Amino acid sequence: MTPTSAEPIVELNDVHQSFGGTDVLKGVSMQVRKGGVVCIIGPSGSGKSTLLRCINGLVPIKRGSIRVAKFDVHLLRTDAQKIALRKDVSIVFQQYNLFPHKTALENIMMAPIHVLNENAVEVRERALALLAKVRLAEKRDAYPGELSGGQQQRVAIARSLAMRPEVMLFDEVTAALDPETVKEVLNTIRELAAEGMTCILVTHEMRFAREIADDVHFTDGGTIVESAPPSELFDHPQKERTRAFLSQIL
Amino acid sequence: MSDDARVSGSVLPGPAPWPVLLPAAAILTHEAMSARGAGASTWRLEREHGFALLAVFLLGCGIAQAQSGAGYPSIVETLWKWTPLLARGFVFNLAISVLAMAVGTIAGFFLGFAQISLLLPVKRGAWLTTHFFRNAPWLVLLFYCMFLLPFQVTILGVRIPIPDWTKATLGLALPVMANVSEIVRGAIQSIPTAQWESAASLAFNRRQTLWRIIVPQCVKRMLPPWMNLYAILTMATVLASIVGVSEMMTQTQRALSAESRPGLLLAFYSYVLIWFFAYCYPIARLTVRLESRYAVNQ
Repeated sequence: MTPTSAEPIVELNDVHQSFGGTDVLKGVSMQVRKGGVVCIIGPSGSGKSTLLRCINGLVPIKRGSIRVAKFDVHLLRTDAQKIALRKDVSIVFQQYNLFPHKTALENIMMAPIHVLNENAVEVRERALALLAKVRLAEKRDAYPGELSGGQQQRVAIARSLAMRPEVMLFDEVTAALDPETVKEVLNTIRELAAEGMTCILVTHEMRFAREIADDVHFTDGGTIVESAPPSELFDHPQKERTRAFLSQIL
Repeated sequence: MSDDARVSGSVLPGPAPWPVLLPAAAILTHEAMSARGAGASTWRLEREHGFALLAVFLLGCGIAQAQSGAGYPSIVETLWKWTPLLARGFVFNLAISVLAMAVGTIAGFFLGFAQISLLLPVKRGAWLTTHFFRNAPWLVLLFYCMFLLPFQVTILGVRIPIPDWTKATLGLALPVMANVSEIVRGAIQSIPTAQWESAASLAFNRRQTLWRIIVPQCVKRMLPPWMNLYAILTMATVLASIVGVSEMMTQTQRALSAESRPGLLLAFYSYVLIWFFAYCYPIARLTVRLESRYAVNQ
């Protein structure tokens, strides 16, 4: 379905994380191949969003190891080291988190110009191309407040893509959207996956997960309960907990 | 399923645990911030205050006119005679207010940023400084500056005099600094943490995040409380009369003692008030306009 190679680009081993005495992650291990698409599903509070934040170093981990491309994320201490990692790993948030004082185009151009120190003219061309790619070319001068949720989320995806990351993380990117606009965002992600971008998605869109993922991980209580290709996990779940969860939502 | 999706973020630490309450919380935060920025005073000039003032002034003029016997010039004539002197005093009030605001704002910005420093000693020191000067009475600070600063300094053999009004300016700049510091800190901390997270995920460093993303969003929020503070400062500049600066209040007292007619008291003081009202009222109106405009946009 997607071009893949054997070498994993993201590798988690026995990752532990806790907040104020509460264990959020209790030994999570997973691998994602370059160009692979992985979906993480599971009930609220099972640590899915935290897992994504650990992968790009927004949240430090307590134990275990995370490797992304050439970075050993668990060893990164200084801001400079984390910044190097984040140039390669982008995250798209549930609440879009666009910068409200900048237009759609400026939102996309900011990081490449100021962080990567790229030529403003080239960045502008690339940003316009990305806006066209997410079908928002005509909205380039609109402020986030003037865009619908789905449009804001597509600008947020374009903003992340402008950094030319190796890996894209999606944190429940459709959870805050109207049902009607969910589709346009999913289409954008579908195209990215088809182009060979490595994607890790936390999602509640089971049908989408089934269609797009190479592997689906079901998490509960801070651990991965079951991992399998979507056809197996959704049609023949092995674990009782997985079956119970799927029967609740499907 | 969609309910499940919406709530799931709230189990994890981070902002927005109760999305329904957010708009109300934002409004309350904004109001509290403006109030705090204005030195904990939510009192504001209204048009009615102007009318009341005018009524008092006319009453004062009536009393003065009635009490002045034959042979005295009319009250209007007397006021007109002293107006140039009073106006010269008012210029001092304006100069002190503008300078104290400028000095206090610049110092307050540094202090406000120090308050959010990641270095604990800097943060603690800035907090202490801010709260000391915010809670000290303005008049006490004014007296301190007046009597602790020398009347002249000698630098490299050159004697530089420090006039009283400069000391008064400095004395008033101190509480302004502390209030601006709180306005800056409050505004920066009122920006959702999601903006910081979003900037971090795009590989911005802390300095870039502050200057390119957080502070530009703060300016709008800081402007109304800052203007409010300026109006309050302008009205507080008459405190300088107590320490002998020749501002409008001092000049009024001089005019009154030269006239030595007790009947003029009410007329003269309400006349001074009208001058201040005429200057501060437009600022107050503009502040209200800005506040309502930004309340809609944010």
